[in-house]
Amino acid sequence: MTVTTDLVSYEDALASYDPVMGLEVHVELGTRTKMFCGCSTGLGAEPNSQTCPTCLGLPGSLPVVNAVGVESAVRIGLALHCEIAEWCRFARKNYFYPDMPKNFQTSQYDEPIAFNGYLDVQLEDGEVFRVEIERAHMEEDTGKSTHVGGATGRIHGASHSLLDYNRAGIPLIEIVTKPVVGAGDRAPEIAKAYVAELRELIRALGVSEARMEMGQMRCDVNLSLMPKGSETFGTRSETKNVNSLRSVERAVRFEVRRHAAVLGGGGTIVQETRHFHEDDGSTTSGRVKEEAEDYRYFPEPDLVPVAPSREWVEELRAGLPELPRVRRNRLREEWGVSGHDMQSILNAGAIDPIVATIEAGADPLSARKWWMGELARSANESGRSLEGLPITPEQVARVAALVADGSLNDKLARQVIEGVLAGEGDPDAVVEKRGLKVVSDEGALGAAVDEAIAGNAAIADKIRGGKVAAVGALVGAVMKATRGQADAARVKELILRKLGVTEG
Amino acid sequence: MPGITREEVAHLARLARLELKAEELDHFAGQLDDIIGAVARVAEVADRDVPPTSHPLPLTNVMRADEVRPSLTPEQALSCAPAQEQQRFKVPQILGED
Repeated sequence: MTVTTDLVSYEDALASYDPVMGLEVHVELGTRTKMFCGCSTGLGAEPNSQTCPTCLGLPGSLPVVNAVGVESAVRIGLALHCEIAEWCRFARKNYFYPDMPKNFQTSQYDEPIAFNGYLDVQLEDGEVFRVEIERAHMEEDTGKSTHVGGATGRIHGASHSLLDYNRAGIPLIEIVTKPVVGAGDRAPEIAKAYVAELRELIRALGVSEARMEMGQMRCDVNLSLMPKGSETFGTRSETKNVNSLRSVERAVRFEVRRHAAVLGGGGTIVQETRHFHEDDGSTTSGRVKEEAEDYRYFPEPDLVPVAPSREWVEELRAGLPELPRVRRNRLREEWGVSGHDMQSILNAGAIDPIVATIEAGADPLSARKWWMGELARSANESGRSLEGLPITPEQVARVAALVADGSLNDKLARQVIEGVLAGEGDPDAVVEKRGLKVVSDEGALGAAVDEAIAGNAAIADKIRGGKVAAVGALVGAVMKATRGQADAARVKELILRKLGVTEG
Repeated sequence: MPGITREEVAHLARLARLELKAEELDHFAGQLDDIIGAVARVAEVADRDVPPTSHPLPLTNVMRADEVRPSLTPEQALSCAPAQEQQRFKVPQILGED
C-alpha cells in the first residue's frame, strides 16, 4: 500500500503553527480476573478458554465489578493528583462490532472515577513540563480479532474474521489528558516523556507491568494545529494504537507536518481516526470519527454505583509509593550522578536493578558500573532487558564484594559475570570452577616478575634509572603471562622492590 | 415535546443495524414520538428535589474479590456460535473500516 502524503518540514510547520495535543492512554490492569467476571486474565491461554456467560454477553448473566480494579483506578487517580469521585456510575457505550459480544463496552461516561489531575514530566534537559489530566476512568478491553483472507492479515480485503474473547472484559483504565498547549516544538518530546512517565508511575504503583510491546499500555494521539497567535483549536486527528515510546514521538511529529501541509495548502483537516505505521512512521486515514452521541451512552443498569468512601480514599493515598520522578531525583542525589547519567540509567531500565544491588550490599558506584557496563552490553547483544538477564542483583552485589576485598580484579569479575550469565552458577561457584582468583602470592608471582624483568631489560634499566612510570609495561607483561589473574598493585610493588626502586 | 423526525428514526435504525422500509420510518416516527411523549410526562412530576434514578435499589459498592472462578470450556463457549473456525467465533467480513 503506497500512500503519498504531503508534508512540510517540521521546522516550517512550527514556524507557522502551534500544536495542541491530547493523549489517551489505555492501561490493562494486572488483576487476576476480568473487570466484571471471575474469568482469568492469564496470558497465553488457548482461544476462548477464559470466557463465561458474563463476558460473552449471554442473556441472564450479571456483571459484578472487581474490587481490585476499582482500587487500582483510585490509586492511579491519586498518583495523578486527581480528585476522586464520591459517587460514579458505569455506562454502556453502544456500538456494533464483533470485538465486543455484548454490542456495548462497559465504560464510564460523564462520571469518571478520577478527574482533574496532572503529571509532571521531566524532559532530557531537565525541564519540567506539567501535563494536565482530564480524567481517568474504568472500562474493559475488547476481544481479539484475526482477519482471514486479506493479503497482509489486515482487515482490508479479508473474507471473514475470527474472534477470541479471552481478552474481552480485562480491566482497562483510560487516562485522558486535557489539551496540551504551549508545548511548541517540544510537543513530540513531551508526548513521549509523558507516556514514559505514566508507564513508570503505573509500574511503581504495581497495578500493571505496562509493557507496551505486549499491548498492556496503548496510546492514542490527538493532534491539531492552530495558527501562531490564535487561541482557537483546529480540527484534530486521532492516531490510534501508537504502541511504543518512539512511535508516540514519531506520530506527533508526522501529524504536525501533515496538518501543516494541509492547512498551508488552503485545505481543511478531516476529523478522523488514523492508523500509525511502525515501518516508516507515517499515518494513514482510518474511519471518519462517529459523533460522540452515536454511542448512545446510558447508565449501566446491571452495575450499582461506585461510591469510594473518603476514609478509604485517604487510606489509599497514604499507601502510595514514592512517585517515580521524585524517587529518581532522590536517587540521583544519593548516587551523585548527573541528570544526563540518570536519564541513561532510566532509559536502560537500570534503576530497579541498581537499587536492588545496593540493597544487597554493593556500593552505588560499582552497582551502577556493572549494570550500565558489562550487563547493559550483554542485554543489548542478546536483545533482552536488564531484568530479563539470568543474573540477580544479589549475584552482582557478590561480584562487587569480591572486587572490593581484592579477590577479583575487574577483568576477572567480568569473566565471573560471564559465567553467571552462562548458567554456571553463583559467582563463588564460577570463581571456583574457572579458577578465577587474583594471584597476589609472592611465590606464585615471583617467577612471572623475574621473567618480565629479564625479557624487558631496557625497560627495567629505565626504571632503575628513576623512570618509575615505565613500570606499567612490566606490569602488563606479568598480567599477560598470568592471564589477567595477577593482582596488579601487588605485581607493581614486587617489580619495584626487585629493581630496588621505591615509589616516591 | 418536539416530534421525532423521520431522519432521526433512520439514524437510530442505522446505529442499531436495522433495515427499515420508507413506510416503516414514518410509522415508527409516530410510535416513538408517542412513547417519548409518555415518558417525558415524568418530568412534569419530578421537581428539582427528585434526583434522576438509574438504579432502583439503594445500593453502592457491590464488588467481588479478585479471585478466579471457573470459565466455560471453549466447546461450551462456542456451542451456540453460528460459525466457528480454529476454536474462534467466525464472523462475516467487517465492512466500513479499512
